[in-house]
Amino acid sequence: MSNIQSPLPGTFYHQASPEEPPFKSAGDAVAVGDVIGLIEVMKTFIQVTAEEPGTFEKYAVQNAAPVTAGDVVAELK
Amino acid sequence: MAIQRLFIANRGEIAVRIVRAAQALGIHSIQAHSEADSDMLAVKLADEAVSIGPAPAKESYLNIDAILQAAKATGADAIHPGYGFLSESPAFVRAVEASGLIFVGPSADTIERMGDKVAARQAAEAAGVPVVPGSDGRVESVAEAVSIAEQIGFPVMIKAAAGGGGRGIRVAKTVEELKSLAPQAKAEAEAAFGDGGLYVERAILSPRHIEVQILGDGEAAVHCFERECSLQRRRQKVWEEAGAACLDEKTREALCASAVALAKAVNYRGAGTLEYLFDEAANEFFFIEMNTRIQVEHPVTEMLTGVDLVAEMINVCGGAKLSMTQDEITRTGHSIEVRLCAEDPYMDFMPWPGQVTSLKMPSGEGVRFDHFLSEGYQIPPFYDSLLGKVIVHAETRDAAIDKLVNALTELEIAGTKTTAPLHLALAADPNVRAGDFHTQWLEPWLEAGNLTAKGDAA
Repeated sequence: MSNIQSPLPGTFYHQASPEEPPFKSAGDAVAVGDVIGLIEVMKTFIQVTAEEPGTFEKYAVQNAAPVTAGDVVAELK
Repeated sequence: MAIQRLFIANRGEIAVRIVRAAQALGIHSIQAHSEADSDMLAVKLADEAVSIGPAPAKESYLNIDAILQAAKATGADAIHPGYGFLSESPAFVRAVEASGLIFVGPSADTIERMGDKVAARQAAEAAGVPVVPGSDGRVESVAEAVSIAEQIGFPVMIKAAAGGGGRGIRVAKTVEELKSLAPQAKAEAEAAFGDGGLYVERAILSPRHIEVQILGDGEAAVHCFERECSLQRRRQKVWEEAGAACLDEKTREALCASAVALAKAVNYRGAGTLEYLFDEAANEFFFIEMNTRIQVEHPVTEMLTGVDLVAEMINVCGGAKLSMTQDEITRTGHSIEVRLCAEDPYMDFMPWPGQVTSLKMPSGEGVRFDHFLSEGYQIPPFYDSLLGKVIVHAETRDAAIDKLVNALTELEIAGTKTTAPLHLALAADPNVRAGDFHTQWLEPWLEAGNLTAKGDAA
């Protein structure tokens, strides 16, 4: 099991836009470089990507939640 | 009725600037803040502070109801909007006035009129202010496009009347080029928008951005000379100067007089800026739009003229007449401002809101640092990246650039990235030193890798 951390402070989003599905759902395979979510920081959107492969378990914070750098935003198994 | 209790509906460095102006005028300052901004510098400096909602701007700094409730609860008699957020919202101005408060800025009608591109262009033309020459409306045929182009002069830009976002725009340098390009543009406009109507205007290929600061009290209006803001990245100004060294005295006078004419024609109240494109080769300027608020780069004008623009706008909006006549406003020397943003200039300007672990500010005669930082301050990630501005003033432009380098070298903000290395690299560039640039200059300069050599910047 590994955790995905936010590289920056900001607002964390599960989806690319409110109309889109979440980037990952429980049980999805995750490859290195897969986009897990977006961080909105100073009016700019930055992708949060996986650095290790695994199976997606859950988002650790709510959609549109404020996070600080290093916060765990998602968990893999 | 003079303002006695001023509510500041903004954040960051401009909030600090407004608090200081209020203090200088002996006005009680009430600083609004979101839940994420409760420890920002303006909150500490103001006489009192009040929360207006959660971190997202739409729930706080853009929330008209929350702002008015807080203003009433704190007994404010006026609201200063700063720049951005609600500063150019006619709906906000009307709500403020309906609550019996003073809005520090022009009337809602003026904001509405000058915020509409077509209406602003008509107001400018009526006041005798030059606008970019073009067809007054739609052009239906190639022959008509050629005849208009011959009147306004080449090069011309043709674009779809129904379009937007730069689609279908073509530049023709001669009649022959126009005759071959116009049918293509027409066909493309028809395909893209179902409307083959075209619009023709003079193409100003590498313009400079020049703007004039004006002040008005609803009847009289004066100018505080011009600024040049041609160094831009993604249409954001990064480096601003007062005055514009590229202007001769006769052009400067005509430019500033045109701005006053428009300000008077709309009975302007408060501080405002008229933006122009300047075609250096033709020595011609063209009005493009008006900003009906205080601007980020106002300090270069204050350094050039000694006028306190924020204090003056508070006074005139409180009902006072302008405190100065045109002949009392003079310009001395040269001033430069650079914007410090919490971004990593070596990583494509990625936002980088760190925690300020230590802060050493630039100092000395002719050096000003407008900011909202303090040691230990965590820069919030929810708003734009502007941290502050370093402003210098010296007798000549050359001396101002030298002073800027010294100030930026003295400045130390540990714990976060800033765009200071960009400004040091610009200050070291021979074209910048010569004042030889335009609005299309900075992005190619960055793309050419002028900033990638770390450590060589200064």
